[in-house]
Amino acid sequence: MRISQSSESLLKAAIGKWLRVVRFDAQPELSNQLLQLGLLPGDCVRVTREAPLGGPLLVEFNGRSVALGRDVASTIIVEEGECVSL
Amino acid sequence: MRFALIGQPNCGKSTLFNQVAGYKAETGNFSGTTVTFTESKVRVLGEVVELVDLPGTYTLAGMNPAEREALAYLTARQVDVIINVVDASHLIQGLNLTLELMELNIPLVVALNMMDDAARLGMKINGLQLQQMLGVPTLPIVANKGRGIKPLFTTAMETARSRQPPERQRYNQDIEDAISATMASIDGQFAPLHPEMVAIKLLEGTPQLIEQVEKKLPGLLPHVQATQKAIEMAHGQQVGFVFNSERRNQAALIVHTVLHQGERYLTWRDRIDDFLLHPLLGYVGLVVIMLIFFQGVYGFGRLVEPPLLAILDGLTAFVITLVGTGTLVSQIVTGLLQGITGGVAIVLPYLLPFLIGMGILEDIGYLPRIAFLMDALMHKLGLHGKAIVPFILGYGCNVPAVMSTRILEEKRDRYLAAALATLVPCAARLAVVFGLVAFYLGPALALLIYLFNLFVIAVTGKLLSRLLPLDSPGLILEMPVYRLPTLRTVVQKAWFRVREFIVEAWPVLIVGSIVLSLLAYFNLASYFDILGRPITWALGLPQQVGVPLIFGILRKELSLIMLGQALGSTNFASVLTPVQMITFSVFVVFYIPCLATLSVLRRELGTKAMFSIAGITIVIAFIAALIARIIGVIALPLIGI
Repeated sequence: MRISQSSESLLKAAIGKWLRVVRFDAQPELSNQLLQLGLLPGDCVRVTREAPLGGPLLVEFNGRSVALGRDVASTIIVEEGECVSL
Repeated sequence: MRFALIGQPNCGKSTLFNQVAGYKAETGNFSGTTVTFTESKVRVLGEVVELVDLPGTYTLAGMNPAEREALAYLTARQVDVIINVVDASHLIQGLNLTLELMELNIPLVVALNMMDDAARLGMKINGLQLQQMLGVPTLPIVANKGRGIKPLFTTAMETARSRQPPERQRYNQDIEDAISATMASIDGQFAPLHPEMVAIKLLEGTPQLIEQVEKKLPGLLPHVQATQKAIEMAHGQQVGFVFNSERRNQAALIVHTVLHQGERYLTWRDRIDDFLLHPLLGYVGLVVIMLIFFQGVYGFGRLVEPPLLAILDGLTAFVITLVGTGTLVSQIVTGLLQGITGGVAIVLPYLLPFLIGMGILEDIGYLPRIAFLMDALMHKLGLHGKAIVPFILGYGCNVPAVMSTRILEEKRDRYLAAALATLVPCAARLAVVFGLVAFYLGPALALLIYLFNLFVIAVTGKLLSRLLPLDSPGLILEMPVYRLPTLRTVVQKAWFRVREFIVEAWPVLIVGSIVLSLLAYFNLASYFDILGRPITWALGLPQQVGVPLIFGILRKELSLIMLGQALGSTNFASVLTPVQMITFSVFVVFYIPCLATLSVLRRELGTKAMFSIAGITIVIAFIAALIARIIGVIALPLIGI
């Protein structure tokens, strides 16, 4: 089984690659905001675009596209592996 | 009877509302267009029903004031049925809220909207099965085409009459036990609210309810906190997250049963972002789109304004020959006419094309893309990309701009965004810049004033964010799919906003114009001029400019009309030097927001914030105009003006 050694924040993910959300390293309010948008640990997520000059990432999960600032993306811990896409 | 429309952001609630009630609620293809509730009376099955459109929210335990509005409304007013609008193409997130609404013990109907989008994404949804699993009437609609609306409202009425609340879904046993225990302690203290709903929301940690409990049942709080701790220990997660993820898992289970995912076809909607969000081309696109937009407005205004003014001036001259000059009556009539024609001369040439263009950009869904592209830059101003919405709306009118700061979570962000948005030249100030600088000195200089404005906003943002450091987590903003705007909504939306101007601003404009005529008649203007003299002197403006500046606070578009009156000529080239025109325009662009904006600032942020923002703008306006004057004196001769 893959353990969290290979996990890293979404910020470092390669563009276009589907990854599994392991957990959120965030304040409860922020975790809740992500959850409200429909993102949960276990879900598939991928970065589709990046805005230049330290701008946000465009992230796709469960059929929607959401712009996430880099500070937000850095709290989403992902790894390679089986994931759920709804 | 009262029906409440509720749903997630950008699911089409307001579109549905407008279909039923006529265009009364602002719509747009981005999250957070509706920031407050709108009510309207409609007729359903022969009965008059109060229909209310609530701001979109992902959950009732929302973070920002616009989201909180929904729960506040549902707990404060008697609602007979909730019409839950669900975006079928994002079914799981939509049902997440549906499951939460089922806990409120209020009759509920689900409207599955955007079935066409879902179909395009290859989704087949079994509506009947969904209805069975939820135990709630579920009807498909296409709100923007007006399909399925009649059956929806008929069902809503029947459900309201039945007074049959839905049966909520169950949580894990330990949570159910906690709910029962809390319910027992509440025991009808919050009637008419259902104790079970209060128990769930309390345990979730909804701030408004906790405040109410502190007042009504302070003894209950320790119990609630202990129960929350126990749930957190058992689940290893923050309590609100536990409730949310349970609902979300149930929603996912339901969707897995009722949704068949087929092949998804890529369309122009998916490919267009390859260009518009491209790290380089995206910005080229942004500049081109904005140039086309402003060129379109300017071009139209330029085409329409001279013949329009000729007609209006002819009319004025004709009336003056009838009433004569120099008498009190003639003075009032002249003021009246100037107020009326001033309104026409602003609305038709500039406001109308601006609002139509704005409406198209909003409905296509381009605004969130601008937020994405500009987020990095906005961070330099101490805000994140979502705050671009108040800025863009600000170019139309500062009032909706200030209201739209409600989509921001932090109070500090709202203050800063509102303060900066009031510096954005609205359509009324656009009329001054275009009517004075663009008309007499050329469009290039007008554009330069806009760029200078952006620069000043940037510097102000930088300085203010020094005083108020940024600590919000950052941008979280959904990118909607592109939609083709319909002619009907664009026209309705522009008319809705123009009507606001006609009803609210125009009368003030006319009265202000008459008052000014009277001031001139009784020779009182000079007192106001003395009041404004320190500023007009330092900026090298004629003394008579004091009156238009002071009355410009009523409505910014008054400034230009009154300037003409005060100087005794509307051919500004003969009474003002080019430098004076520029200095005046720059000052008008920045100084005190108009009366309407001030009042909305006070409502949104409080009296203190209103005064501090007004004060800041005067200082900025003075400094900026002084700089413009200095640059103008040096640079204008070099370019031959």
